[in-house]
Amino acid sequence: MAFIEVRSLSKSFATAGITRHVLRDVSLDVEHGEFVSILGAMGSGKSTLLSLIAGLTMPDAGAISIGGVPVRGIRKDGAFVFQNYSLLPWFTALENVRLAVDAAFPELTRDEQRACATLTLERVGLGNALNRRPRQLSGGMRQRVSIARAFATKPEVLFLDEPFGALDALTRETLQQELGRLCTEGERPVTTVMITNNVEEAIHLSDRIIPMIPGPPATLGNAIVVELSRPRSVAQLAHDEQATHARGHVVAALTAALGRKRSNAGSTSPASAVLHPVTEETR
Amino acid sequence: MTRRIINLALPLCGVGLAVFVWWAASRAVSDLPSPARTWEESKIYILEPLSKRGETDQGILLLAFYSLMRVARGFLLGIAMGTPIGFLLGVSPMLTRMFDPIMQVLRPISPLAWLPLGLVLFQKSEPAALFAIAVCSMWPTVINTMMGVRAIPQDYWNVAKVLRLSRFTTFTKIIVPATLPYMFTGYRLSLGIAWLVIVASEMLTGTPGVGGFLWQEYNSLVYAHILLAIITIGVVGFVLDRLMGLAEAKLRTV
Repeated sequence: MAFIEVRSLSKSFATAGITRHVLRDVSLDVEHGEFVSILGAMGSGKSTLLSLIAGLTMPDAGAISIGGVPVRGIRKDGAFVFQNYSLLPWFTALENVRLAVDAAFPELTRDEQRACATLTLERVGLGNALNRRPRQLSGGMRQRVSIARAFATKPEVLFLDEPFGALDALTRETLQQELGRLCTEGERPVTTVMITNNVEEAIHLSDRIIPMIPGPPATLGNAIVVELSRPRSVAQLAHDEQATHARGHVVAALTAALGRKRSNAGSTSPASAVLHPVTEETR
Repeated sequence: MTRRIINLALPLCGVGLAVFVWWAASRAVSDLPSPARTWEESKIYILEPLSKRGETDQGILLLAFYSLMRVARGFLLGIAMGTPIGFLLGVSPMLTRMFDPIMQVLRPISPLAWLPLGLVLFQKSEPAALFAIAVCSMWPTVINTMMGVRAIPQDYWNVAKVLRLSRFTTFTKIIVPATLPYMFTGYRLSLGIAWLVIVASEMLTGTPGVGGFLWQEYNSLVYAHILLAIITIGVVGFVLDRLMGLAEAKLRTV
């Protein structure tokens, strides 16, 4: 049994009397300690899927379980990184991280909580910006604080919602590198689900990439396994043969998905491509 | 340099023009004291602002101080009631729907209408005045606090959700700081209203203060002092608003 199991998930939103089916019959497995990216265009329903898995919202139909326990809300051992940082502007970097630490480890003393938050910020290279407010930090530094906040609670599951979407290309690469390091260097493996619209980012970080087939309602395509040794670096990936191979696969899958969408346009019941992730010639 | 002179000269021109209109009006209406006569008859109050010659015959600063103390108490009572109500209404759409009609009806009621009710309720003029000030001045606080809570971005609610913050922590670490600038806008408007109400309530109850002084001097036919009181009320109100504005601006930069 997989660590994260998503079965036949459907979700629709009703606004002003119009029901929009965002997701239909989505299934997905993530193994313990695995890093899985869901790759798709903007507005394809990725965020909805992620907030369902994380327990931020509830599905209309289907089941999600993590570690054998059905998801009914936000998990104690889960952490979230949002695209727009979501830091509280009235708190310093340290206070932002402490908010998470204090809530996750109420049994620690104040000094221990402070030390834990400080240490995590130092690990993301912000040891000298502890007392700065988000406004005084660059976009990249803000996202570092946000990542520190997520890792400070020593999560077992990590949900990343386009974590680097708002950053420039160079900062993006550095932070991807750091994130990859953080995910592997912890005491226990972190199971990560990331959504992104960036192919390079997905290849850089993931064990598996699952393309999202845009809808509505959206479904998931065949998983692509990224068999590249870690640690990976962007520079190395640019010339790596296997990376090129994976890249070709991902792009092909996404193009195929778009083509299928087009050919399906107008048909009343879209062919739902529910595919369990154990697939593919790359494996 | 010339710019600074203009910046200083233009408001002075405005004041000069207003004084001229006042002077012209005093020529037309025989009972209206001219600016010069007003100054002549009022200067003892201004030049000896802290002297106390009788119950209502006191220096202008002393009178303003009595009024301000009354306003402070009524205003604090008003925001002490208004702030929690604002938070509750902001958090709960159900409560808003429940109490919105009552609020809309109570809001436009004049202090002159509340004061007699206060007298009936509390028998004495002082608590009645506080009651009227509090009830009239709390609405901007209620409404701005409510709006502030509603304007909290979804991001912050998400943070509270994913960090699994307790209700108390969410309130103290997210809702209050996010609402603070709105609250202060409410306080500023509330203070303005409280200052409006004080004059009316002092006039009706005859308690010592700027409003009480105004009414007493009207009854004693010393019209120059009415103008003195009016100008004092305006200046004090202006200063109060500026002070609150400074506090508000300070909060916004955080």
